[in-house]
Amino acid sequence: MLSIENWINNINSNKRLIENGRWLNITFTFGIGEKDYLFEILSGNVLSINEREILTQSGTFKIYGQKDSWNKHWLKVPPRDYHDIFAMLAKKIIYIDGDLTPFIQNLQYFKDLIASNRDMHD
Amino acid sequence: MTDLYFEDIIGRYFNLNLKKDNYRIYVEEAGQGTPLLCLHTAGSDGRQFRHILNDKRITNNYRVIVFDLPWHGKSNPPEGYELKDYKLTTNLYKEIIMSFCKQYKLIDPVIMGCSMGGRVVLHLALEHCDYFRAVIALEGSDKLEPYYDLDWLHRPDVHGGLVQAAFVSSQIAPQSPNNFKHETLWHYMQGGPGVFKGDLYFYWHDGDFDDRSNLIDTSKCPVYLLSGEYDCSCTPERTLETAKRIKGSKAIIIPGIGHFPMSENPDLFKTYIYPILDEIIK
Repeated sequence: MLSIENWINNINSNKRLIENGRWLNITFTFGIGEKDYLFEILSGNVLSINEREILTQSGTFKIYGQKDSWNKHWLKVPPRDYHDIFAMLAKKIIYIDGDLTPFIQNLQYFKDLIASNRDMHD
Repeated sequence: MTDLYFEDIIGRYFNLNLKKDNYRIYVEEAGQGTPLLCLHTAGSDGRQFRHILNDKRITNNYRVIVFDLPWHGKSNPPEGYELKDYKLTTNLYKEIIMSFCKQYKLIDPVIMGCSMGGRVVLHLALEHCDYFRAVIALEGSDKLEPYYDLDWLHRPDVHGGLVQAAFVSSQIAPQSPNNFKHETLWHYMQGGPGVFKGDLYFYWHDGDFDDRSNLIDTSKCPVYLLSGEYDCSCTPERTLETAKRIKGSKAIIIPGIGHFPMSENPDLFKTYIYPILDEIIK
């Protein structure tokens, strides 16, 4: 798993990813174990990733799972069932709640954004 | 200047009559020998089998035939399609395949289908065991559980092609070559509105078969089941459960491949399908 700063850099330096998300202005919640993070997105760029401090801070939808599960997803070659967030949802390894319309409308963008925390260096 | 190179595949159209409907069907074939009819996955088309059609190791012994189902690829929907939503039922699917076989005058064919094609060949193994020489179910099982709401696939505020590709990208193994992965996804981006959803009606609902699959007589019609390790739809567990119910069937789980073995990683897939095709005609 990368640091939050490196994760943001990975996302915002990926021109193709930003182009794919260029219609997207949203805040969503990403849960790792007990911690929630708010992703603020403007035209596909991630402006910030901040830990959720009070419950009234909320995203349009929330996608969440245990830390061990996300760490498997972010392995260079993830094992089966952990290789894609929809495979993880199918297996009930992670969960999703809230208004899913923008998530589904931009499904590949969100898949790639979350997967971009994968450290591809040996 | 290099010579013009043509692949061995010949593509043609023909008209298939089924009850009151006439379907203009696109079909490709290559090779000679035992007919090998290939059925594509839900929401895609026959291009998925181009590596099989172009493989001389296979076409030296098999006449490989691949057609696009009506509504898919270059096959038209019937006249009046605009008046109702497309929904593939088990009976319609079987009738299309058997009508194709009859009008194409196939004798003693082997049939190989992937995903929903892998499901329907199990139905055919039970009902037409004297006609088919063998069935090969790729990513096929007799029962599945839906894991997303099909309405997302056909609504005006979601791009059908993009969301279909994004959904099925979860079923491709990370080890599969990037070019073949994206070729496989491209086919999904080109599907007609509501067609993938209509196919999944068969695959996830109408086509359940776990209450009858144990009746298949594999001594009359051998059954082969091959599924990919990374298939999160027809999982290895589902395939092995199906194989347990079909006495005498042979099941293989292919490591490092997903739901589209013939198109996402054809070289790896061939190492598993060659021995099966050899065994069938031995």
